[in-house]
Amino acid sequence: MDSIYHKRHIGAQELTGPILIVEGVENVGFGELVLIEQGDINRLGRVLEVAGNRAVCQVFAGTSGIDREKVRIRFTGSPMTLPVSEEMIGRVFDGLGRPIDGCGEVIGEEERDVNGNPLNPDAREYPRENILTGISAIDGLTTLIRGQKLPIFSGAGLPHNEIAAQVVNQARISKEEDFIIIFAAMGIKADDADFFMRRFEEGGALSRLVTFINLADSPSVERLITPRCALTAAEYLAFDKGNHVLVIMTDLTNYCEALREVASAMGEVPSRKGYPGYLYSDLATLYERTGRVKGREGSITQIPILTMPNDDITHPIPDLTGYITEGQIVLSRELYQKGIYPPIDIMSSLSRLMKDGIGEGRTRKDHPDLYSQLYASYSRVQRVRSLASIIGEDELSEVDRNYLKFGKDFEGKFLNQDKTESRSIEETLNRGWEVLMNLPESELVRLSKEEIEEYRSK
Amino acid sequence: MGEGVLYRISGPIVVSRKTSGLKMNEEVRIGDEELIGEVIEINGEEAVIQVYEETTGISPGTRVSGTGNPISVELGPGLIGCTFDGIQRPLVVIRKEQGIFIKRGLNPKPLSRDREWEVDIHLKKDDLVVPNTIIGEVEETSLIRHRILIPPGVYGKVLEIIELPGYRVEDTICIIEDKEGERREVKLFHTWPVRKKRPFIERLPHEEILFTGQRVIDSIFPLAKGGVAAIPGGFGTGKTVTQHALAKWADADIIIYIGCGERGNEMAQVLEEFPKLKDPRSGKSLMERTILIANTSNMPVTARESSIYTGITMAEYFRDMGYDVALMADSTSRWAEALREISGRMEEMPAERGYPAYLGSRLAGFYERGGRVKVTEDRIGSVSVIGAVSPPGGDFSEPVTSHTKRFVRTFWVLDKDLAYARHYPAISWTNSYSGYFEEIAKWWEAKDIPIRSLRIRVMETLTVETHLRQIVQMVGEGALPEKERLTLKEAELIREGFLQQNALSPVDAYCSPEKQYRMLKIILDFGERARDLLERGLPLFKIIELPIFSELKRMGVEIENKEIDKFDKLAERVEKEFETLKEEYG
Ligand SMILES: Nc1ncnc2c1ncn2[C@@H]1O[C@H](COP(=O)(O)OP(=O)(O)OP(=O)(O)O)[C@@H](O)[C@H]1O
Ligand SMILES: [Mg+2]
Repeated sequence: MDSIYHKRHIGAQELTGPILIVEGVENVGFGELVLIEQGDINRLGRVLEVAGNRAVCQVFAGTSGIDREKVRIRFTGSPMTLPVSEEMIGRVFDGLGRPIDGCGEVIGEEERDVNGNPLNPDAREYPRENILTGISAIDGLTTLIRGQKLPIFSGAGLPHNEIAAQVVNQARISKEEDFIIIFAAMGIKADDADFFMRRFEEGGALSRLVTFINLADSPSVERLITPRCALTAAEYLAFDKGNHVLVIMTDLTNYCEALREVASAMGEVPSRKGYPGYLYSDLATLYERTGRVKGREGSITQIPILTMPNDDITHPIPDLTGYITEGQIVLSRELYQKGIYPPIDIMSSLSRLMKDGIGEGRTRKDHPDLYSQLYASYSRVQRVRSLASIIGEDELSEVDRNYLKFGKDFEGKFLNQDKTESRSIEETLNRGWEVLMNLPESELVRLSKEEIEEYRSK
Repeated sequence: MGEGVLYRISGPIVVSRKTSGLKMNEEVRIGDEELIGEVIEINGEEAVIQVYEETTGISPGTRVSGTGNPISVELGPGLIGCTFDGIQRPLVVIRKEQGIFIKRGLNPKPLSRDREWEVDIHLKKDDLVVPNTIIGEVEETSLIRHRILIPPGVYGKVLEIIELPGYRVEDTICIIEDKEGERREVKLFHTWPVRKKRPFIERLPHEEILFTGQRVIDSIFPLAKGGVAAIPGGFGTGKTVTQHALAKWADADIIIYIGCGERGNEMAQVLEEFPKLKDPRSGKSLMERTILIANTSNMPVTARESSIYTGITMAEYFRDMGYDVALMADSTSRWAEALREISGRMEEMPAERGYPAYLGSRLAGFYERGGRVKVTEDRIGSVSVIGAVSPPGGDFSEPVTSHTKRFVRTFWVLDKDLAYARHYPAISWTNSYSGYFEEIAKWWEAKDIPIRSLRIRVMETLTVETHLRQIVQMVGEGALPEKERLTLKEAELIREGFLQQNALSPVDAYCSPEKQYRMLKIILDFGERARDLLERGLPLFKIIELPIFSELKRMGVEIENKEIDKFDKLAERVEKEFETLKEEYG
């Protein structure tokens, strides 16, 4: 990066928050990387707008400490890039993709624009292979598919980190092959980052892990780049090198807040709750960097984590995420307070790609109907519970009382499991049958007679 | 040609100064890479241009040159079965040239220039022609005969027919002397500006159903051929699955499916599934009647904005050949957001929620391009439009949903609670409506199906159920009289046995008119018999204990369209089980 900087400039016109405006420049390109230097300050930035000889730059680490007259700005003539190579595996980078593990620079096989390019829809292969995680709620009811983007919608204090770490540690491609894990931390607490590292280590994942870390006290605007570095590495490792890559990104809420910060410093017209109108498109440029490609080995699967402000699923961040991702795993405070782990609210959770990844030859023949029956029955439980709270359990009809029993077992025996317990798909499905047996056969209309015959005793 | 020099670049919107000779909506090329743009505002010497590709690295001083033409699409043989981006670039060609990622600066022609077509010519020398006169026909796929049309605006007489064994799209097929005495060469294809609707003689009333094979749609909230509908719903409620189902099973001649700012994997799914699926009427592959436009959420928003115009212009073109075209746009909200983003970057005064004040008129302009029309004195064609709407936070009072409601006559509201309970399609029976039911009832009645009375009974039962449910939620079902509890059970049968339809079940994905009728009839019949027995003093629990009660809920997935006679057997079973009950109780 330190070769020729053909466009240099001394002094800025204006500084506001993360924005620095320079005048009197020539030939500056939209989106190019800028280096901001002043004494021992060295920061990176990006051109957000050029008009004539005026360039508006976004400084990732903010403009505090910058002296309007002394600052030197160099325009690099190219967008921000990341050197990629297989040597990245096992390494730790900061939020802008610079090594911070003391093991030296990565010799890139190639420099890639971190913004990437859209995958041609015609080059995509529709994802079909499931990833079994050993977690019943996921494998049975929101099955994860290789090449899917399936976020966890959580709330402050809920165990999303545990679940993500458990997925990473238990997910396998086959006996011989493991996923490459890419972990992108955006604005999370050092404790949480340590937690992940510890769990990855316990699960033996460190040697196949690439980490990009932007912590809560790291510059916030830098977070806008962190996931892009992670996904650039993911694309290289998956589509160039044929690996199956699992990307965990946390916490997207911090990312969106950084985006809002820049938009408001630019004086843009906000849409909902102060977030810019392009939040959807911006998030899509991250989430859509997932999938499978025809004729290539590898895959990218994303599990983004976000905390819903005030547990509100209609907040723009979870809302727009849900509109882009292929489903969502929603955590419930109520289940958490009941002591259920993982506290997954299955009613609002969904995996849109599971339909092609389950059933005969993939999981088990009865899986699709069992899935459908569990949902139908559990949705009835919700209604019966609210009725019971009004008229009292004793007044319920017999069938309704069966539903209450089913609901309790479903949560206690099917959903609930240990943080290191890995269940086989057989066991998950058998537990599904077991809890359904609380209900009379006439209630099991989503299952065929033959299925009931064959599996009821499991 | 017009030209200018770039002054300001901020994302996809750029401003040129020292502009001269550029027209509004003219297609321009930017810099050495020849990025494609469109002039969207002119202010003296300043022009605002939306660029259809990434603008990273573009700097002030870059040259802009006009092409002299408005942003247009190519219309001619070779469209069917293709996938285009929002400005009609063929994605297959781009992939061959650039690999798996779409990079900028490539502008392949939408229609293949090499492919030769055999044309069955209908005209001869001295024939008089008007716009849309058929010059000849090409068998584009085994399903579609592509009619080569005299382009809009051309009136005159045939001077010469040029006969070739095979024509490439740029070959001239006939020469016309127009009214002014000018010679006009007509090729196999022509271009048409996307933002301008193609002319027709007049609008006609709707007469026929756009039959979709989806029970809740066809029997309860139907859409007419040439009608316009919207499907609003929060994320994951089933807009795309419904749109896909319509694209697969609707009895249109041509399907145009626009993935407007949505997921790449959904397009991949269509591309994989459609060629393998068979049209239930012709038995041919569905891809032989389908055109895809894929401008996914991560592709440039400007091309997303134009994608729906690209789609509807192609739809009008096939309509002009006399076909019934159905266009699906998933999702119009992403299109509206593209409009908002562009407007915001132009620093226009926002109206509601940051959307520009012209949101409503643009939406109207889009939906108005649907319709059933007289194309020539003896030809009728139609464009049915089905737009998905994705309201933020599932709040239907937001601008895109509320404006859309003003322009469509069928509104299929997807209900979050139904979707959570996996009641699919999650089309709400309380909030949805169809303004075409009356016109379409005739279509059913011609098949001897008394759709009006059936529908009234279904809607009545469901309305009473909604009311009863509120009471039950307070006091429990046990507190209701048996008669009302029976209504609840009937409604349950209607919901689970008829309205629910599993799009993933090979048996149930498409439901023929006959099957829809038989299912409805048997359910209503069950209700009637039950009511009768109840009046004779039989307890309700005996009736719902009948094995047939839960079996009726599964007939959709168990009886195939071609096994209609199984309904006779099922009806017999209903009768027999009731008879036995009656005997038991005397
Ligand atoms: N008719 C149906 N039959 C079976 N499953 C369905 C049906 N409709 C919806 N689903 C289920 O619901 C899921 C979500 O549906 P879909 O993708 O159509 O939602 P959407 O409304 O388009 O969401 P978004 O706005 O996020 O794109 C599907 O993946 C499928 O599992
Ligand atoms: Mg959708």
